[in-house]
Amino acid sequence: MGWIGETVDSVKSIQMRQLLTQAVSLGMIVTSALIIWKGLMCITGSESPVVVVLSGSMEPAFKRGDILFLHMSKDPIRAGEIVVFNIDGREIPIVHRVIKVHERQDTGEVDVLTKGDNNYGDDRLLYAQGQLYLQRHHIMGRAVGFLPYVGWVTIIMTEKPIIKYILIGALGLLVITSKD
Amino acid sequence: MHSFGYRLNGLLTFSLTILTIMCAIASLSDNLNTPSPSAEIQIININRFQKQPQGNDEVSLTMNISADLQSLFTWNTKQLFIFVAAEYETPKNSLNQVSLWDAIIIAKEHAKFWIHTSNKYRFVDQGNNLRGKEFNLTLHWHVMPKTGKMFADKIVLTGYSFPEEYR
Repeated sequence: MGWIGETVDSVKSIQMRQLLTQAVSLGMIVTSALIIWKGLMCITGSESPVVVVLSGSMEPAFKRGDILFLHMSKDPIRAGEIVVFNIDGREIPIVHRVIKVHERQDTGEVDVLTKGDNNYGDDRLLYAQGQLYLQRHHIMGRAVGFLPYVGWVTIIMTEKPIIKYILIGALGLLVITSKD
Repeated sequence: MHSFGYRLNGLLTFSLTILTIMCAIASLSDNLNTPSPSAEIQIININRFQKQPQGNDEVSLTMNISADLQSLFTWNTKQLFIFVAAEYETPKNSLNQVSLWDAIIIAKEHAKFWIHTSNKYRFVDQGNNLRGKEFNLTLHWHVMPKTGKMFADKIVLTGYSFPEEYR
């Protein structure tokens, strides 16, 4: 009975240390990803420094699945800039171009009208009931650069969550079973 | 150390890194280009100049737009988005910009063009300040790359003005 107890003890102690090491390294990976994301938010001044293009309303410039890098500076918003904005009450950000700007003399506040390059009409249909213009606080950032196709990963994971679970499960398995 | 999993991981990481570096270099090469664009806009006719029932002025006009933007294209350019905007100042607003017409140019050959067109988008003021007002017409362009940083710039043409009376 003694040696059973010994074996069980030794097995348990190895498992415990390995498990803890792997948990810590997993935690490190997750935290460093978070640090990079938050750091990007600080550098670009935008709540969401990278967005994925979800619709075809800006084709042929941006196709569904491209990712856009955003930057928000204190510079005034001018016609022609591609902005990402949120409509009150809607979660999904929209990426369209500014076609009309009215900037107030006294306050410097601005009324902005947007339109997707590939849409026939302007975005008034998308705005909230009775809203004719966007204001600065609706706008999350200006698009300054882009990479094609990279966003498909996010789109697939959002539309078919099964794949997200499979991926995370596989990653978790890999980390746990690796012998290092 | 030499299992299939490790080799696949190493291969994927390496290729992704190389792809990212290539995209960055492609984008940086755009800075080597020194463009020299030119443009001219003539207003042929003010077709309509009325005050809407809500109280805002509306203008409809026909223009000749000619431009040579071929020097803006590089090997990393996917398309050129150009638009003509009217810019003017009113007592209430320090700046108003209204886009009148836009186009997408995909090939370098089409970047030298001449077009006779009326305004694609309705020119509606925020108010009724347009009578006798002077305004600028600006041709903006937005260079959209195959990958990387986008560039935008404009040419400002001054000296246009609205008629004194509605017609």
